[in-house]
Amino acid sequence: MAEHNNRLMAARDLQMWFPVRRWGFIPAGAVRAVDGVSFELRRGEAVAVVGESGCGKSTLARTLLAIHTPTGGRITFEGRDMEQFTSREMRWYRRRVGYVQQDPYGALPPFMNVHRILREPLIVNGVRDRQEQEERIRDGLREVRLVPVEDFLDKFPHMLSGGQQQRLVIARAIILNPGLLIADEPVSMLDASVRVEILKLLRRIQDAHNLGVCYITHDLSTVRYFSHRIMVMYAGKLVEKAPVGGLLDDPCHPYTRALLRAIPDPEPENARTYRPVPGGEPPSLMNPPSGCRFHPRCEYAIAGLCEVEEPPHFVPRADHEVACWLFREE
Amino acid sequence: MAENGRLRLKDLYLHYRSQKGPVQAVDGVSLHLERGRAVAVLGESGCGKSSLARAILRLLPRNVEYFGGEVWLDGRNVMELSEEKFRREVRWVRIALVAQAAMNALNPVVRVGKQVAEALRVHRQMTGKQVRRRVRDVFRQLEVPEDFIDSYPFELSGGMRQRAVIAMALAAGPRIVILDEPTSALDLLTQANIMNALKRIKEEQGTSFIFITHDVGTSSELADEVAVMYAGQVVEVGRADRFFPDPLHPYSRKLMASVPRLHGGGGLEFIPGQPPSLVDPPEGCRFMPRCQFSFEKCREAPPLFHTDDGRGVRCWLYEQGCEAGLAAQREPTAAVEPMDDTPPPEDA
Repeated sequence: MAEHNNRLMAARDLQMWFPVRRWGFIPAGAVRAVDGVSFELRRGEAVAVVGESGCGKSTLARTLLAIHTPTGGRITFEGRDMEQFTSREMRWYRRRVGYVQQDPYGALPPFMNVHRILREPLIVNGVRDRQEQEERIRDGLREVRLVPVEDFLDKFPHMLSGGQQQRLVIARAIILNPGLLIADEPVSMLDASVRVEILKLLRRIQDAHNLGVCYITHDLSTVRYFSHRIMVMYAGKLVEKAPVGGLLDDPCHPYTRALLRAIPDPEPENARTYRPVPGGEPPSLMNPPSGCRFHPRCEYAIAGLCEVEEPPHFVPRADHEVACWLFREE
Repeated sequence: MAENGRLRLKDLYLHYRSQKGPVQAVDGVSLHLERGRAVAVLGESGCGKSSLARAILRLLPRNVEYFGGEVWLDGRNVMELSEEKFRREVRWVRIALVAQAAMNALNPVVRVGKQVAEALRVHRQMTGKQVRRRVRDVFRQLEVPEDFIDSYPFELSGGMRQRAVIAMALAAGPRIVILDEPTSALDLLTQANIMNALKRIKEEQGTSFIFITHDVGTSSELADEVAVMYAGQVVEVGRADRFFPDPLHPYSRKLMASVPRLHGGGGLEFIPGQPPSLVDPPEGCRFMPRCQFSFEKCREAPPLFHTDDGRGVRCWLYEQGCEAGLAAQREPTAAVEPMDDTPPPEDA
């Protein structure tokens, strides 16, 4: 059972469809935000979920957080099936999983000061001892480097800078000692110089607590600094899964390749060349294309195959999975 | 008067009134823009870059404490024009603006084509057929399918709405377009497509751009020149092909070192501390409190020093020239290294 000890979370064929009703009651299909996602997350491993807006990556995060109840598939956490959770186990689960939101200001209640914001999860989760509460609040603030602690305890969110707000959100996420951190675009609202500071902080925390991390982002260029593995998501499906180095240096899926081509590293030549990226827009999740969902935008689409049959996950290299017919074994 | 689209800003100031005192959002900015060129104004949030756009177009809020300087357009100081004349001859006709998040400000009950046409009716006194042809033209330049002209904003994706907003700015045929964060809310592929379209317009029509952004990578997509703003001032300005490989000002260097790169990504640095308040900026060099290279002289405000290759840098280290300035910044700094991608070991 060695494998089990090291596996933190696993999702199998996870499906999150949102029913759509016309006039409020006539069934009119569903938005397939997450449609058959499988992955595993080991203890202490950081996995990035990369995709464009509307690809379902935030829904995936919210499903993993048990905010949504999946419409299909299963999630197991530390070997237990989430569907079978009793309400007591659900409370345990919520303690074990921390959440860092994208917009720190929106995620912090404006009428609570820092002390109260950090005390809240402790109260809710049964840390009754005042002394212990105080200690954990102070430790949390020190851990995210909001020091000297005394200067921050009485402040309200609007008195903090964007970077400090995000630190506070992180402190709140880890104050219950979770085993898994779900970070939904934790740095995309921050300025470049602050972004690096927060990434550094997240990494130190991940290291110190041996946290499993699910890092949701649209920004492939930061992934190298905060993940071991990348999963690329397109229109509700994972199209490629690989270790960071392998994926960034030698991407397989045409969509991943297009994403990587679209990122400008700051070079003066950029202004003189056109970027070879596919046109068009991501498909509607209510009515996704048949077969491979990327085929209408794909320059390598194989007629008679890609638009008909959905590609399974092929393994062109060890530890590298790609859902694309180009990699089928002859 | 020839419309060649040459713009020169000289000592432009825009201070806002606030309870705590004047906010020095634009504090003595000088810039040059030649026809068919693009200057990227780079800076972090709150450095005054959007205020600069408003100052150029005189789109001012009510709480202006002080507004002054010179804006030379095609050899004429347009700051001297009356508001009425400025509106009729300059704003939108010669210099147009794609404001930040403008795509969310489209009128939801008017078809986008009609909203674009409005700019033409008001500013170019065109009618019926001409207007329709022109609208179709600009939509084509931006690669918007023609049938989208009759759509309502809510029917369009973010990328298409942003294109409609850019079309609105381009419709009246201005020589200069100010783009304020035109692609920040968009997806990577959409962003790359819009940048491609802007490059084509710049090349084919000789439109000049002032490209305001906080995103260093995207700025390189269009820029011939780069101006870095910090706390209301331009701290460095120069040609893009010199700036990107080798920025001069300590702030620019840190900013560039904080940008994660996809290819050959090395360590990342960050700038400790926060940008100063624009109400009460530090005396002397405004970057001094965060600068590891600051010395006695920095208590005095540095002028813009010019290097041999025509760049300008507002830093005392460059008083003795470019080499001396760069040599003074050799000291290594702590960096965040990329992650080792070997996953944690399986339990034995």
